[in-house]
This record gives sequence, structure tokens and C-alpha cells, in this order.
Amino acid sequence: MNASFDVAIAGGGIVGAACADFCSAAGMRVAVVEAGPIGGGATAAGMGHIVVMDDSPAQIALTERSRSLWMALARELPADAEYVTAGTIWVAADAEEMAEVERKRALYAGIGVRAEVLGPRQLSEAEPNLRPGLAGGLLVPDDGVSYPPCAARFFLERAQARGAVLLRAKAVELMETGIRLAGGEAVAAGAVVNATGAWAPELTPRFAVRKRKGHLAITDRYPGFLRHQLVELGYLKSAHSTAADSVAFNAQPRRTGQVLIGSSRQFGAEHAAIDQPILTRMLERARAYMPPLADLTVIRCWTGFRAAAPDKLPLIGPCAGRPRLLLATGHEGLGITTSLATGELVAAHLSGRPFAIPPEPYLPSRELEAEGDPLHE
Amino acid sequence: MSEGDRSFDVLVIGAGPAGLAAACRAAAARAIVCLVDDNPRPGGQIWRASLDRVPGPAVPWIATAARLGVRMIEGARVFAAPEPGRLALETGAGEPLDLRYRSLVLATGARERFVPFPGWTLPNAMGAGGLQSLVKSGFPVRGKKVVVAGSGPLLPAVARYLRHAGADVRLIAEQAPLAALARFARSLLHHPHKLAEAAIFGGSLAGVRYLTSSWPVSAQGDGRVQSVTLARGGKTFTESCDYLACGFGLVPNTELASLLGCRVSEGVAVDDYQRTTVEGVYAAGEITGIGGVDLALVEGEIAGHAAAGQTERASRLFQARDRQRHFARSLARSFTLREELKHLAPDDTLVCRCEDVSLGRVRAATGWREAKLQTRCGMGPCQSRVCGPAVEFLLGWKPDSVRPPLFPVSVNSLSQAGDSGS
Ligand SMILES: Cc1cc2nc3c(=O)[nH]c(=O)nc-3n(C[C@H](O)[C@H](O)[C@H](O)COP(=O)(O)OP(=O)(O)OC[C@H]3O[C@@H](n4cnc5c(N)ncnc54)[C@H](O)[C@@H]3O)c2cc1C
Ligand SMILES: Cc1cc2nc3c(=O)[nH]c(=O)nc-3n(C[C@H](O)[C@H](O)[C@H](O)COP(=O)(O)OP(=O)(O)OC[C@H]3O[C@@H](n4cnc5c(N)ncnc54)[C@H](O)[C@@H]3O)c2cc1C
Repeated sequence: MNASFDVAIAGGGIVGAACADFCSAAGMRVAVVEAGPIGGGATAAGMGHIVVMDDSPAQIALTERSRSLWMALARELPADAEYVTAGTIWVAADAEEMAEVERKRALYAGIGVRAEVLGPRQLSEAEPNLRPGLAGGLLVPDDGVSYPPCAARFFLERAQARGAVLLRAKAVELMETGIRLAGGEAVAAGAVVNATGAWAPELTPRFAVRKRKGHLAITDRYPGFLRHQLVELGYLKSAHSTAADSVAFNAQPRRTGQVLIGSSRQFGAEHAAIDQPILTRMLERARAYMPPLADLTVIRCWTGFRAAAPDKLPLIGPCAGRPRLLLATGHEGLGITTSLATGELVAAHLSGRPFAIPPEPYLPSRELEAEGDPLHE
Repeated sequence: MSEGDRSFDVLVIGAGPAGLAAACRAAAARAIVCLVDDNPRPGGQIWRASLDRVPGPAVPWIATAARLGVRMIEGARVFAAPEPGRLALETGAGEPLDLRYRSLVLATGARERFVPFPGWTLPNAMGAGGLQSLVKSGFPVRGKKVVVAGSGPLLPAVARYLRHAGADVRLIAEQAPLAALARFARSLLHHPHKLAEAAIFGGSLAGVRYLTSSWPVSAQGDGRVQSVTLARGGKTFTESCDYLACGFGLVPNTELASLLGCRVSEGVAVDDYQRTTVEGVYAAGEITGIGGVDLALVEGEIAGHAAAGQTERASRLFQARDRQRHFARSLARSFTLREELKHLAPDDTLVCRCEDVSLGRVRAATGWREAKLQTRCGMGPCQSRVCGPAVEFLLGWKPDSVRPPLFPVSVNSLSQAGDSGS
């Protein structure tokens, strides 16, 4: 490979594609190295919920910035990216969760994110198929839904239109001077980005990104059955635990009229096969919130692996002592949403232009990293 | 159903010839046997019951199964295999059902292959076997003009049935060349009882034109099929019709076998005793490769004997099976689909009917998975059962992984598939 690039990106998931988009827009010559189909990794499995999450100030900053980038892009997204501003309703089952609704509302108001508290009646008017007797909810009207593999392809195509090159190959080694491919040849580049999602440790073994398995089920078409993305607030309790397997009620209306039902979280499950006991728990949880779901027809189930970092924040930016080796991984359950702000941060790191949000909380050199060489264990 | 009612020595999936034979042989060895099929009546494809009756050859098998106490579960579909020794089903009434087995015989048969051409998705253009099943369930074709096209011995069988039901079968267009069929007819000499079938290759079937080296290139019509244009001898001609019945050979239904982890190449791989590569799981009939009803029967018998531990009896049937396999091989050779069929569909022809995806969009991808992710091809309710084999024929791509549910099922059934029932 003779061509020399400013940046070579390993991984053509939604994160790698967004990095290519922003870097090429900043005038860099970009190469993307992807072994499989575009968006065929976690991106193909993800729910595609575009959501502001308030787990930590850094998470709020990243998701809020990302969501505004999605909103700005909405008109340009192709129809097959299926972007819809469906809005999220955080569903509160009891008074304790209603307190959480109020806390969230105040927090969102403070950062300019529109949100509206729903009482029990308003909740059942908004979503008549929810079980009666729920306490209420928080409607976040500007959250969206997308179809991630086509969004990823669109980001990559924009980069390609600016001269970016897609190399269909497996990266076997990241070097200071570029990426070595499985065939032995090297892609020469001034900087390298590891955007291989849950596979990232194969190329940068020093960073502990663990696989967190998830299940989803999709139904046949039932237009109007569901209107908003629904997430139970109990989700916060279960998703927070980094130890046990957990399930939470999560239901999403697709533009096709299909209902996408989630979700589960498991550590230590390496096999992509459907795990029936977990699927059962997940569907039972969904039915408990939305009893009429029981009669809907499921046409397919699948699993995916989220790339989970130890402190639940992604790893974005240069590695300590290796300024030309960047990471863009560890997005766990939010990588569809945060792909755009990630691409923006990576481009800013490489171009030296101003950052849209402070980059420090996501740097791979934060607390997490033990001393040593990122490329070698 | 109580616990005891749900556990069987031998569980047979599919009540076509192979499944019926397997169930009868296993039950004769005093095994406790259950036979499951998703149709309302036993018989499978070839012996599909019509409104008024079960076809003659099926009768003794069904009677024997009943006499030997085979438990019949009709109208139920296997959709998952939550753990070894256990299958999850949904009944016709939409209820979940959990069955356990010591040995399992898969006899899930085959389905038709479709080859896309302009107009193949018009209303009243359908599968040859599909139209036959419709007629069996009471759909009237009396006096209707039908063109039967595609490939294989299924075409004359369907034509004969439709004529019997009063249809005006205009012609049968077989894509294979006459020379190949002549070879096939000669090979039938080793199978004298199949000579009756061979008689059709004389050029007509009881007055129906039987054209070789002829295939549909397009179907036309306003809101439904009104005519079909066929290729023959370097030219084309147009035939008017009310129904177009097409079938381009059969594709084994290997999904359940794949889900169980059995090795599958063309069909499900089996050894002499019809054992798959998974312990305790046998396969018989069309799912091991397309070979017709007689091969399905003898394979079913062997699998039934073997699954009930009667290996000696099973081995006595090996020779008979070998003869039938010889026939199956010449069948496959004779009806190989020709290259021209890969070029009938221009880019705007639909390949995926569930999701309205055109061939051009599929072709632009680098493989099946990318096509699926980027175009939604194969993502609809049929889960690529129709477009998968078509795309495999046109572009050579193997379909991707099989997962539960194998068929669309209710959230209710799917969520109970993991329950132990206790
Ligand atoms: C069940 C589930 C539900 C989810 N729901 C949501 C949601 O609603 N909203 C949200 O924002 N996020 C969600 N996510 C998270 C989101 O899907 C991921 O965070 C995101 O897709 C990560 O994108 P990525 O590009 O980093 O990784 P991936 O999409 O996995 O991309 C990595 C790419 O790298 C390639 N690759 C790997 N190794 C190599 C190599 N050596 N050489 C070349 N290429 C290589 C892979 O083939 C792959 O294409 C969900 C995830 C799961 C599993
Ligand atoms: C549409 C069609 C029409 C045909 N018509 C003729 C004809 O007219 N003349 C002729 O000579 N040959 C015909 N054949 C060929 C004929 O089917 C075979 O030669 C022979 O019947 C094969 O027997 P089998 O037992 O292997 O499979 P089949 O007879 O196909 O039996 C398999 C059975 O298993 C059931 N099944 C599959 N999966 C599941 C599941 N997961 N759960 C529950 N049940 C399941 C199926 O519904 C089916 O009833 C036809 C084939 C097809 C596909």
C-alpha cells in the first residue's frame, strides 16, 4: 500500500464510520479498515435509541452533544437510516421511581433538555398498552430512534465522497506508522484509531474492554401499537450493576410498525447463541409492563455484544505516551447515540481544533490505565 | 398435558412419508412415539389431505401409526430447542407446548424454490406445490387456464392434479433439455414402478403440452397474471393464463436441524443409520437431500428402526435405500437449473416479497449479511425462506445463521419456551 493517510481507522462500525466522517470533514486523508460488512458488529445488533443519559456529568455531556448532532443531521439522513424523533418515556412504576422522574426532570431542565412529567392518566393516554396502575413517567420528546447499520453506511459514504478509502481487510497490528493488515501489507498513516468495538483488546490489549451480551426480539408489523421508546426506570438499578445478569423493560416503535423489545445484560457470555432463560426473563419483564405484548408475533431474536469499559464511560482519544494511537471504543449500550460526538472528539484530537465538549473524562489515560505500553500486555 | 404425556422415547417432527414411516417402525419396536406436524392432517406435501380425503398411499401408514398408539400432534410447529432433549412448540390454537425426547427424528421435508423473473410476484403467480395445496383446501380452479413452469417431476404431478380438479392446464414448461430427460427416463428402467411417471416424457401428459428447454421469462397482467412469456429454442412466445404455477426444484427444510447443531451441507448430513452428527438426532426424507417419496419412506423406516434401537432391522433396508439414492442422483443431474435462469430478472425485479427489496439493491452488497443489514432483504416474516434460496441460486450466497424462533410465534409462546413446565 503506497498511499499515505493522515489517519487510519480500524473498524467500520458506527463509531469508526463517524470518526471517518468527522476526520474527512476536517480535511484529513482517511482510511477505514473493516473486515466484515459495514455496521455488521454491535452496530447491527443495537436498538438504535438516540437518548440523553444522566448516569454521570460526563455521560450527560457526551450523550447530549451527540443527540444535538443527530438532530442537526436529521434532514440529511437517508430514509433507510429510519431516523424518527419518537421521544423517550421513562416509565415509573411506583412513588420511588416518580421521585427519580422529578430528579431527572430538574436535571434535564438545567442543561436545556426538554422533558415533561406525565401523571398516571397522561401516561396511559400516551401509551394505552401499558398496564394500568403505573405511577407515571418522564417524556423526553427530542430523543430519537434510528436504524444503525444504514446510518453507519451513510457516515462512511460521506467520508468516501471526501476521498476517504475503505479497505476490506482485517487489521492485525496497530503501529505508530499505520495498520498492518492480515495479508502482511501495511497501511501507512500519521495516526491510528482503534474503533473495533468489543474486539478492541485484540489490537490494544492493555485496555480492559469487556463484552456485555444483550438480547433483543422484534415483532411483525403492528402500526400504532407503540408510539414512544419506553424504558422502565428500574433499568437504572439493573443496568448499574456490573456483576449479575439483568433484564429491563425496553420497547421501541420502528418506522416499519414493528416493535423492538429489549433488553438484557450479561457479562462472561461469549457465545452469540440465544440464551433461552434470559430471553424468557426479558419477555416476561416486558409483558409485566405491557400485557398486550403477549399476543404479538415475534419474527426474530438476536444477540449482540456491547464493549463495556470499567467506569461505564467510553475510551476516546490518544493513549498515554502514544499521541498518534487513539482509541474510540467502550461505548457499551450507548454507542449509536454517542458515535457522533466520538467522531467529533477524535477529529479535534487529531486536528488540534477546539473541542465541542471537554475531552478529559473520556481519555484512555484516565485512572483506568495501568502503567505500560497500550499495545502490549 | 401431564408430565408423562410430554416425554417420548422417539419424537418425530414432520408427518410426511418419512416421518410416518419412522413413527410406525419405532412404535412397532414398542417405543413410546409422538409424531408432530404443522398441518392439520398428516401426510406431508405429497400426501397432503384434501377437504374430503387422505390420499390412498397415506392411509395404511396413518392407520398403522394409530394402531400402534403413536401420539399424533397436528397443527403444531417446532420453533425452538431450548436444551438437549427438549423442543418448544406452538399449537394451532397459539398455545405453547413443551415436548421431551430420548431420540429425535427430523423429517421436516422440503419447500419449493422460486426463481425471480419480471412479474413473478403478480397475484395469481404462485408456487406449483402452493397452488396444489390451495386446491386441496378447496380453492376452485375449474375452467381456469393454468400454465405450469419450472423444473422437476413435481410439475407433471401438479399438472395432473390440477387437471383432475377441472383446471385447463395449457402447458408444462420444463427448463431441462430433452436429452437430460431422456437419460432420466432410461434410468427409470432400473425403477420399473416409476415408469408411469416416465410416460409423461413422451411429449404430452394426457393431452397437456409438455415442453422441454422452455422457461418463463416474464409474466404480465393488470393487477393479476393474465399471460406469461416463455422462452423456447431461442425465441419467445406468450400464453394467456389465469394462474401461473412455478417451481424450480425443492430446497430441504434444514432450519431445525441447524438449530440443533447438526451438520448441514446440501441437506442434513447422515450416516448409514440416518444418524445426524448430533447424538440421538436422526434425519430422514427430503431434508437429507431431494430424492422423492420412495427414498423418503425407506429413510424414514431406517431412522425409525434405528431410533428405537433396532439397528439390525435398519441395516436390512440399506440396499433398498441405495437403489433409491441412485434414482435421486440421476434426478438431481437431470433437472439441474440452467445458467439462463440466473439472468431473467433485471435489477428492478423484487427478490424479497416481505420487505419489497429489488435484486439490484441486493446485488450491490458484498454478501448475504451485508445485503440483509443494508436492504432488509430476508428480514420479514418469512425470514428468507423464499428469497434465501433464490439469492443463493442467483448470487451464490449462503444464508446466515439460524436462530429461534424458527417460525413467527407469539411473545407468549416464546417467553414460555424456557419454562421447565413444573
Ligand atoms: C442489545 C444491544 C442494544 C443496544 N442498544 C443501543 C441503543 O439503543 N442506543 C445506543 O446508542 N446504543 C445501543 N447499543 C450499543 C451500540 O450498539 C454499540 O455501542 C455501538 O454499535 C458500538 O459501535 P462500534 O462501531 O464501536 O462497534 P461495532 O459496531 O462492533 O464495530 C466494530 C467493527 O470493527 C470490526 N473489526 C473488529 N476487529 C477488526 C479487525 N481486527 N480488523 C478490521 N475490522 C475489525 C468489526 O467487524 C466491526 O464492524 C446496543 C448494543 C446492544 C448489544
Ligand atoms: C410444495 C410441494 C409439493 C409437492 N408435491 C408433490 C407431488 O404432487 N407429487 C410428488 O411426487 N411429490 C411432491 N412433492 C415432493 C414430496 O414432498 C416428497 O417427495 C416427499 O413427500 C418427501 O417426504 P418427507 O417426509 O421428506 O417430507 P414432507 O412430505 O415435506 O413432510 C414434512 C412435514 O414436516 C412438516 N414440518 C416441517 N417443519 C416443521 C416444524 N418445525 N414443526 C412441525 N412440522 C414441520 C411440514 O409441514 C410437512 O408436513 C412436493 C414437495 C413440495 C415441497
